[in-house]
Amino acid sequence: MLVEVILIFFIVVAGTGGELCLTRAMKTIGEVHDFRPRALLNVFARALRVGWMWIALLLMTSGFFSLLGMLSLENVSFVVPVTALSYAAGAYGGSLFLGEKVTRQRWLGVLMVCIGVTMVWKGRG
Amino acid sequence: MKSAAGLHLKTFCLILIMVLFGPLGDVLLSKGMKDLGRISSWSPPELAHLFVAVFSSGMIWAGIACLLGFFIAYTLVLSWADYSFVQPSSSFAYGIVALLGHFLLGEAISPLRWAGILVICCGVLIVGHTPPRTTENE
Repeated sequence: MLVEVILIFFIVVAGTGGELCLTRAMKTIGEVHDFRPRALLNVFARALRVGWMWIALLLMTSGFFSLLGMLSLENVSFVVPVTALSYAAGAYGGSLFLGEKVTRQRWLGVLMVCIGVTMVWKGRG
Repeated sequence: MKSAAGLHLKTFCLILIMVLFGPLGDVLLSKGMKDLGRISSWSPPELAHLFVAVFSSGMIWAGIACLLGFFIAYTLVLSWADYSFVQPSSSFAYGIVALLGHFLLGEAISPLRWAGILVICCGVLIVGHTPPRTTENE
């Protein structure tokens, strides 16, 4: 059980931290308007020159290997919903770290998502 | 693509790619890891052996390819939409991953878990009615 808790912690914290850093990196690059392959490659080349992108990749890689570990221990229909613990952390981190204005309506939606995820978790066979 | 309608269409298309490729990738990874067997030891030599086995599995690579598709769509959508909008919107993936887990991997899913998935979708609909961007471009 301790191993599962540690893996979930890494999936949530490293995953959410990585996504926040990824968002900050992409906001630095600016909105993508051109979706042609060459233009997209140029976007990713520019993104790799942003320090936040490398931190994001490091954190998300840690989260990925933790996910693989959990998937060897539990069913995917249990593991993936549990990772939604990151929703609350993501909305909070988005407002704190990225200056996003999270409205009450959006908080309500996030809360419902979390309640649903809890039910899914409780429904473990 | 400067108009609000264009922005919403662009956001919708990329979120659709995310909710299809993300769950498929997770299910393929799960199948790959189940095929390798449950991790019984967390010692460095065992983990090194597992690491080699993981990256020798075609199923794992197929999962990684799907997650790469998810990651590209996710990265692009984050260049204009709020993280706190995109992340909950992608939670439709929970329903899809449960369906795929049930039908492709034969996982048993209780009525409470299905009800939870329905609540998640309601939450997603609420989030979907908020503006996708609350910050100005830098």
